[in-house]
Amino acid sequence: MSEPVLRVEELRTHFFTKAGVVKAVDDVSFIVNRGEVMGLVGESGSGKSMTGYSLMGLIDPPGRIVGGRILLDGIDVIKLSGEEMRQMRGNRVAMIFQDPMMTLNPVLRIDTQMIEAIVAHRKVSAGDAHAMAAAALSKVGIPSPEERLSAYPHQFSGGMRQRVAIAIALLNKPDLIIADEPTTALDVTIQGQILYEMQKLTRETGAAVIWITHDLSVVAGLADQVSVMYAGRIVEQGTAEQVLGRPRHPYTRGLLDSVPANNARGARLKQIPGMTPSLLDLPPGCPFRERCSYAQSDCARTPLMRPLTAGQSVRCHHPLA
Amino acid sequence: MSAADPSMIAPRSITGAQPALIELNGVSKRFVKPLDVAARIGNVFGAAIAEEVVHAVDNVDLRIAEGEVVGLVGESGCGKSTLGRVAVGLLAPSGGQRLWRGEPVEQMRAISARRAQLKMQMIFQDPYASLNPRMRVIDIVGEAPVVHRLISAKQQVEYVGLMLNKVGLDPTLMRRYPHQFSGGQRARIGIARTLAVKPEFIVCDESVAALDVSIQAQVLNLFMDLKAALNLTYLFISHDLGVVQYIADRVVVMYLGRVVESAPAAKLFNQPNHPYTKALLAEIGRVEPKKRKFAPVVGEIPSPLHPPSGCHFHPRCPYAMPVCSETSPALIEVSTRQWSACHLNTVSNTAGR
Repeated sequence: MSEPVLRVEELRTHFFTKAGVVKAVDDVSFIVNRGEVMGLVGESGSGKSMTGYSLMGLIDPPGRIVGGRILLDGIDVIKLSGEEMRQMRGNRVAMIFQDPMMTLNPVLRIDTQMIEAIVAHRKVSAGDAHAMAAAALSKVGIPSPEERLSAYPHQFSGGMRQRVAIAIALLNKPDLIIADEPTTALDVTIQGQILYEMQKLTRETGAAVIWITHDLSVVAGLADQVSVMYAGRIVEQGTAEQVLGRPRHPYTRGLLDSVPANNARGARLKQIPGMTPSLLDLPPGCPFRERCSYAQSDCARTPLMRPLTAGQSVRCHHPLA
Repeated sequence: MSAADPSMIAPRSITGAQPALIELNGVSKRFVKPLDVAARIGNVFGAAIAEEVVHAVDNVDLRIAEGEVVGLVGESGCGKSTLGRVAVGLLAPSGGQRLWRGEPVEQMRAISARRAQLKMQMIFQDPYASLNPRMRVIDIVGEAPVVHRLISAKQQVEYVGLMLNKVGLDPTLMRRYPHQFSGGQRARIGIARTLAVKPEFIVCDESVAALDVSIQAQVLNLFMDLKAALNLTYLFISHDLGVVQYIADRVVVMYLGRVVESAPAAKLFNQPNHPYTKALLAEIGRVEPKKRKFAPVVGEIPSPLHPPSGCHFHPRCPYAMPVCSETSPALIEVSTRQWSACHLNTVSNTAGR
């Protein structure tokens, strides 16, 4: 197997606040192969978005990457200077955000914003850049791209805006695309369209994708690999079949059981008691033990990630059968 | 299959013989953007600029029986929230009638209309935006029952404690402000505020949409527990079909201001009739670890300012026929208690179904 596009090793991103240290990302490791979609799943506050921001070098003070390595095509991204990082961002690795209205500049036309992204990274004539922008728009399924290029973001619907954001991310043929909840704000029919385009595009371009979401059903249909995050750590990892079909961590099991579609109509939903702990000065031990029905006394020791079967690993002292 | 005048028969037989708690008959809601000065001056000189009218809800019948949970689904902009607000009385309908226990609310005497209105309450989507950040929980939950003289001011502390207990919150937290709670707890405060005035009918507008799945499961369980304990009736508005399938007895599907299908939940999810319902169900989130081919519905929901002629869904419909762009189909009963508005049901020998 060829070298993975992205190899993250023991990444730690901490926020140094007045109230204490928030370990938003704590010892996170994973790899993403070319043409593969990795689903990064977790609830709000689990650190999944911060993992994505860390990869993009978008962590602002008081946050800081305090340890680990991020190897993109073998190059450690953390060691790059600000200028080198800027060259890489939007070029080799691109990000798609949840709300396209926040990421597109409302006072600039679409063509201005797209051409800017192209000429920032390579020397091309204005005419070529324009043609590349139009081609990118048609690739994501926007009808009459030539005309739409001269429109402003507010003239697009939510789904179309997200397509534009995806087109911008694809402009420089990145090796890695980080998608942070890109379909959460969209209607189901539009979500279906976007997922269809993404599936098609990853197949065509061979780009690796990290799909950050809280929606297990999206991951189930789209991802090859799944990593489940809880309280800043990855608690379970494996192929989509393994993690969603036969979860070994009690938290993953609980998440799957909470999905209404997985429950019989009218029956009580199986719920996880309590709520996600504050990441501020998290005590040692398994952070899930307060809510876990399988917890025992040795869960006060911090569990390590350990492989169970081929490809599936779990951070739990008492993995499920 | 055929009905002489479906609009007359539809509301009565949708729920069978059970008495309706709330009933909407031919309700419409139009939003009109008045002409500005320039346009009015232009019209004096013969510019013929028309007012822009959005038919957010267009001639909808809805009957909800006591103790029933009706799910209302559709894409954003289909008018489901507007219909919910009309049903609960937050918006006055532009046309049609609203009946509470068989009595038209508009024709009630002021005092009984007020009493009826108190029995209808709403729980909003965003637990962050719907709680006043400057009020303590005790006032958020306890203000309305005092104002409506359900309790005296002296009983407030005890009563709010009772309400918080009911929704699974610690009563000792009642002196806190909303920002001191998590999203799930805030949703519970919103529910406690609603329950405090002893409602019988609650409109839940995307009430669990902003919550994480593990918290969503807790709140959905709470909804069902409260329904059983207090004999509540819900109109549950959601874009999440998984949630609706789980919670609703009957499901109403809206598209661009009109009801396109209404059926018992089990039937709607197993044998959908309307092409739009089928398209929506194809997108339902299933957690099956299997690479799925996403086969999207083409196009987007059109602008309600200029809805398509005839059946509103015809530009996106794979089965569209010439008649679909000419006349709008009526809701007819296609099987027991299943109502659908589609020309395919009235055209014989329909291919492809």
